[in-house]
Amino acid sequence: MTHPALQPAATSRPPAGDDQTVAPSASVRVTQLVQVFERDHPPVLDRIDLDVGPGEFVCLLGASGCGKSTLLSLIAGLGTPTSGSIEVTVDRPALVFQEPALLPWLTAAGNVELALKARKVGRHERRAGAERLLTLVNLTGQGHKRVHELSGGMRQRVALARALAQDSQLLLMDEPFAALDAITRDALHEELTRLWSKQGLSIVFVTHNVREAVRLGQRVLLMSSRPGRIVREWRLELSQPRAIESPGVSALATEITHHLRAEISRHGR
Amino acid sequence: MAVDDKTLTTEDNRAFEAGLDALEMPALLPRPGPGVVFVRSVLPPLVAVVAFIGLWQLAYSVELKPSYALPSPRDVLQTFSQTVRDGRAVDAISISVSRGALGFVASLAVGTVLGLAMWRSRWLRAALGPFVSGLQSLPSVAWVPAAIIWFGLSDAAIYAVVLLGAVPSIANGLLAGFDQVPPLLDKVGRVLGLSTVGRIRHVLLPAALPGYLAGLKQGWAFSWRSLMAAELITYSPALGIGLGQQLNIGRELNAMDLVIASIVLILLVGVAIELLVFAPLERRILRARGLTIARSR
Repeated sequence: MTHPALQPAATSRPPAGDDQTVAPSASVRVTQLVQVFERDHPPVLDRIDLDVGPGEFVCLLGASGCGKSTLLSLIAGLGTPTSGSIEVTVDRPALVFQEPALLPWLTAAGNVELALKARKVGRHERRAGAERLLTLVNLTGQGHKRVHELSGGMRQRVALARALAQDSQLLLMDEPFAALDAITRDALHEELTRLWSKQGLSIVFVTHNVREAVRLGQRVLLMSSRPGRIVREWRLELSQPRAIESPGVSALATEITHHLRAEISRHGR
Repeated sequence: MAVDDKTLTTEDNRAFEAGLDALEMPALLPRPGPGVVFVRSVLPPLVAVVAFIGLWQLAYSVELKPSYALPSPRDVLQTFSQTVRDGRAVDAISISVSRGALGFVASLAVGTVLGLAMWRSRWLRAALGPFVSGLQSLPSVAWVPAAIIWFGLSDAAIYAVVLLGAVPSIANGLLAGFDQVPPLLDKVGRVLGLSTVGRIRHVLLPAALPGYLAGLKQGWAFSWRSLMAAELITYSPALGIGLGQQLNIGRELNAMDLVIASIVLILLVGVAIELLVFAPLERRILRARGLTIARSR
């Protein structure tokens, strides 16, 4: 059932340094990461190794409880791992949450400007910068609107613009489109792919949606739950942009879903 | 290898996205015009006041109580306009409102510092929290005898009562405001790389503002009540005649018309401050956040 365009890598560890995209200058290097929240419970994350190269788009896929969001928070520096190490080559990764998490007392532009302010950008450049970033996410001229005046998709694009305002080469995304309807999600996949190729970002994208992972990523990593481990990896050679309903995406999504289901079924026994 | 023939071009997607935005933008209700505001908000309380005065007049006409105990609306209006004409009303209002304002500002400062300290220190909060909440439900008039024994019949005694009445509400309001800040927003501040001060200034304080404002409103109501209680009991020529003292003079003279006129004045000041200070502030803060209660129809 493997599509000819794909090279399924059935290794349980990403092969280290055998490829130029996983170069020594990786954007993120996670080594033997363990996270334990409660003693006497299996670790949430168990000996995770993960390299994300510069400009690479990696999707972390797994059922709930696999620790994928925990892993992302740790990379973002929002917590300390129990053991293991995380090296990030950028100053501060940008992070987009599942909820837009916009500050409701600020306008769309005000939210973007706050990120610029945190980087000590001057007042004038802040205004121009926010306008430019909002244009980048197709929100030209909407900067004066308050959060409650925007639709769900627009809010998430403002959140994306705010993350881009951090001017980080590493963008972490925690199920950012999970709360959106399929039509809006489609448009945002397109938007994100475009931004990724244009800005040369490294992206780590967490999702439980197999098609979404295959639609977006260059690599898809499947995680197991309790303990969270990376159990399988697919390297995609589909060209971008690719449509979510294309045969290539469908074929690989079918294969990955099969593995994901097998992984989940283990817990019922 | 190109597998996809259905891929949209960037231009297509931009148009598609713009169409979605136009379709999904939440519809905002237009602001009602002045005529609608009058009919919806001004007229109903006016009707209620007229009806109340009508009932009062009726009770007077059927002599429910002897006229020294229940004067007619006309008598009260006459006393009222007399106190306005001879300057007593203005004096009493300015004495009481300036005391109230000063007491409120002092309570604001103390209550805010106390609230911040209790928010920063878990220990302090555990230690003082129950007392602050308890004080909030203690009628502040209970402090008047103690304040008079400590400070004599002086302004200090009055301010002590006002502070004890208002500080707990303001401190608790600020705490409630901070507690209601979604943790996600603080996370956003950290992800953006704001300093601790920057997070407090740009995220926590604005996020806590609605709760804080509710505390301030309650704090003002409590300080106004405490002030009236204190003025009613502490009477001394040195203190001047505030609204509470004027009310007490009415009682001592058995002049029910002066008593009612004073009560109406106290009520009017309270309503005026609510309408002129707190209501616009609240409207602005809530409207900016899209929190204004949707009108039923």
